[in-house]
Amino acid sequence: MKALLVCEQREGKLLETSYELAAFAERLGAEISLVLVGNESQTPKLDAKLYLADAAKYGEYNPPLHKHLVLEAILRENPDYIIFTHSSYGWDLAPRVAAALRVGQVSEVVNIIDGKFEVSLCNGKLRRTVAPKAGRAVLTVQAGAFNFAGTPSGTPQVDRLEIAQDSSPVTFVGYEPAEKKDVDLGRAEIIVSAGRGVGKKENVAVIAELAKAFGGELGASRPVVDAGWVSHSHQVGTTGQTVSPKLYVACGISGAIQHLAGMKKSDFIVAINKDKDAPIGEAADVMVVADILQLAPVLVEKLRAA
Amino acid sequence: MNILVCIKQVPDMESRFKVNGTGDWYDEGDLAYRINEYDEYAIEQAVQLKEQLGNQPEITVLSIGADRVADALKKALAMGADKAVHIQDPDSCKKDPWQIADIIVSFARDKNFDIIFTGMQSQDRGSAQVGVMVGELLDLNCATTLVGFEYQDGAVTAKRELEGGVKSVVKLPLPAVVTCQLGLNVPRYPTLPNIMKAKKKELLGIPASTLLKEQPAATTEKLYPPVKSGGGIVLEGDLGEMADRLLGILKEKTTVMK
Ligand SMILES: Cc1cc2nc3c(=O)[nH]c(=O)nc-3n(C[C@H](O)[C@H](O)[C@H](O)COP(=O)(O)OP(=O)(O)OC[C@H]3O[C@@H](n4cnc5c(N)ncnc54)[C@H](O)[C@@H]3O)c2cc1C
Ligand SMILES: Nc1ncnc2c1ncn2[C@@H]1O[C@H](COP(=O)(O)O)[C@@H](O)[C@H]1O
Repeated sequence: MKALLVCEQREGKLLETSYELAAFAERLGAEISLVLVGNESQTPKLDAKLYLADAAKYGEYNPPLHKHLVLEAILRENPDYIIFTHSSYGWDLAPRVAAALRVGQVSEVVNIIDGKFEVSLCNGKLRRTVAPKAGRAVLTVQAGAFNFAGTPSGTPQVDRLEIAQDSSPVTFVGYEPAEKKDVDLGRAEIIVSAGRGVGKKENVAVIAELAKAFGGELGASRPVVDAGWVSHSHQVGTTGQTVSPKLYVACGISGAIQHLAGMKKSDFIVAINKDKDAPIGEAADVMVVADILQLAPVLVEKLRAA
Repeated sequence: MNILVCIKQVPDMESRFKVNGTGDWYDEGDLAYRINEYDEYAIEQAVQLKEQLGNQPEITVLSIGADRVADALKKALAMGADKAVHIQDPDSCKKDPWQIADIIVSFARDKNFDIIFTGMQSQDRGSAQVGVMVGELLDLNCATTLVGFEYQDGAVTAKRELEGGVKSVVKLPLPAVVTCQLGLNVPRYPTLPNIMKAKKKELLGIPASTLLKEQPAATTEKLYPPVKSGGGIVLEGDLGEMADRLLGILKEKTTVMK
């Protein structure tokens, strides 16, 4: 069985998730080859054939061209699986490749069970196994689900990848850096985060009060930031900050994978949620089943009295 | 200008899910349904574009699913879409993204849509495939994960969200598909007069079987709740007691409570 791993560079740097693809392919028992649109100085340290297309020519972001480059590598390598990270690059490119090949795609794979691919659904409340139809398939793998053991030290065998086309109707204008932070959650020992479950903007103050009583900083899930209740610098998760405080208290947060990815390495996790089945319970050391708006004032009072 | 918005109706994620009798999907009875959160941003962006262009564009909103999806379509009409297409399929959960894309493409192919808005992903399935596949099959330009949208002179300037708060700006000429991420805009609430007006708008029904041509490219084998790792302590009951127990545990198990 052969797998073509679609590696990724961002602003000229190789992303570590490229190695997670190798770890996944090993679980699959597949022989690997790699494809990368990037520069030569940042290639994956893996002993495998690498189809390298020059980002200076094809652009770091240009989906129509990247699609053709990946298709060209597929033509040469004839893989059974074409594997991407489920990232803003991967979920953008994978369906284009799948549709061009007219094959199935399984998105955000978290496990392999009896040769079937396990994925999560309904915000992590359910799992299912998916079987692509026989023959070739496209997969995207959840970031962080498969760990590469050790330090990569291989040397790829580079094979230059070229296609005739070098422009497309889509133009890349540029990157916009993340907003400047007004709190540094990375240094906080205690973070108390507010989720959509707090209900409205005014109630964020209740959680801020709790954070203060704990002597910690206020964090937030994405909807709280999107609604403009707090600034983006408070956001924890894949599109916010990754934190690992000694204590993380999630208030009214359901525990979507994108939030978990940002806080699951915390030493101790408390979840306060009125839904006993909320997926955050899986990551929590203590799950308190309660209405946060009722529990928070009680906790604040007891913390102050202590 | 001709605009299409594809919306899916999904269960409220706070529901308690049960596996169905055949073990390959969740039981659809007893669930409260709503518009996929990502698709609400898609509707809003389409309406804002229509307003920007002096209300000249026509917005068609489309949904594939059982009878209940008419509610989702009516809400979209009340938010400002002009007409709705219900592609009737009581079994749409059995269709994979490839087939859903195929149905949308069959409907859209000869309609010359200038721009198609979809959500970045559906909340229940989360495959993030349908929009991009529609773009690919119709040979339209496509950008995903939009947190910013500007339209001028036949082209969209899209702000795509990448990891860690970084964004990338890309420009794509119409015709195009864009997939909408959370936070793209602030979806409006339908007002009462607009809900009344929506009742007079066209809601066309088309059986999915007349549009679907493709076989599934991937099938669900089995569906189940995640295996509980079960390490955590669960506290329930009286508020004061829970607070005391929680603080006791934190004193014992962490170093941060002095
Ligand atoms: C590409 C991408 C990137 C993303 N990046 C991030 C990210 O960086 N960070 C992030 O957080 N999300 C991110 N998300 C969004 C993520 O998928 C979820 O939508 C989000 O985390 C949900 O936030 P929430 O838990 O606050 O809200 P919900 O999922 O709506 O959950 C609210 C919870 O509050 C509970 N609740 C309600 N009322 C009460 C009450 N009174 N007391 C106690 N509990 C209550 C409910 O039971 C529920 O569990 C991203 C999504 C995508 C697609
Ligand atoms: N049954 C459906 N009816 C209409 N649009 C859909 C349907 N399923 C998915 N979509 C659209 O495709 C997007 C991505 O869905 P998915 O690929 O399932 O994650 C959704 O946000 C919708 O815009």
